[in-house]
Amino acid sequence: MINLLTLVLIFMIIGAIISIWTTDLLSAIIAVGAVGFGSSVVFLLLRAPDVALAPVVVEVLMLVILIRATVGRDVHTIGSAREIFGLSVAAVLVLLLLAFAVHAIGGLPEFGEPVMARVADAPASYYLENGLSQTGSANIVTAVLLDFRGYDTLGEATVLFGAILGAMTLLRRKSRTDKPRQE
Amino acid sequence: MKETSTIVKTISRCVVGFIFLYGLYIVCYGHLTPGGGFTGGVILASAFVLEMLAWGKEEALKSLPFRLAKPFDSAGALAFLVLGLLGLLLGGDFFVNVIQKAYPGKPFSLFNAGIIPLCNIAIAIKVCASLFLVILVLSVLRVAAGGGTEDDLTTQEEE
Repeated sequence: MINLLTLVLIFMIIGAIISIWTTDLLSAIIAVGAVGFGSSVVFLLLRAPDVALAPVVVEVLMLVILIRATVGRDVHTIGSAREIFGLSVAAVLVLLLLAFAVHAIGGLPEFGEPVMARVADAPASYYLENGLSQTGSANIVTAVLLDFRGYDTLGEATVLFGAILGAMTLLRRKSRTDKPRQE
Repeated sequence: MKETSTIVKTISRCVVGFIFLYGLYIVCYGHLTPGGGFTGGVILASAFVLEMLAWGKEEALKSLPFRLAKPFDSAGALAFLVLGLLGLLLGGDFFVNVIQKAYPGKPFSLFNAGIIPLCNIAIAIKVCASLFLVILVLSVLRVAAGGGTEDDLTTQEEE
């Protein structure tokens, strides 16, 4: 398990370095996407599937948005021979994904049956049993959000802070140094 | 911009206070009833946004000035971080609920759960200020021609 984890981490580091050093914008975006999907695999290996979902969603969205932003500036046209190859690879990948998805759906718990009924030592049952006595919070959602998984909430707050910082910086018309003094 | 109608203005002025009060309730009772800092903060911000939509950004900036919203945003995030670091300093681990460990309150009462209500309040201040700022910045400062600059936000407060 550790070896696979190390491999994925090395893959991510290489992807990050490529994305910085390449001069081709599209290659850089694809390399960044590979790093993101690598982080998702890392979270899966560390047995945090709920966290692994977030990078997948973000990466798909970012890839689409970033490629859309670069289309027309730095995009390569592909010849017909390579197009057939690419299409067949894509079709095989989609079918493979479908096979995995069908298999995975069979493993999902029944509707209304929580995971902790199946896995006895799931964290959820621990939270439910000890939430009130350990945190004093009657609302178990808040107890999980702010006590058991406080790191997670801090990360969310940081994301929000970064978002507003980016919006304020990008949407400002003048930079602070260029601004003439009005006194 | 076209003026909103008298009905919208009157109703929104009546309702804004109640929305704000409801947001405060959601934040303060976050550890007892459904809700918490994020939800409550969004409701608090929506009170200011409603004011902005109905009365224009000048009125909303009178309630929550631009120069106050920016420090609120940072202060909320910083307060949350400090509460986490408090656990690291006094309890040995990041985000240890030191207050609850030292003074365990009565369950289901308002003053218990240690740092959780304080975290909720810090997050609420942060979320409220940043959501208001995002909406304000996106509606006032525009990259396209004809948009305002940051000066539009700062000069109006001085009047």
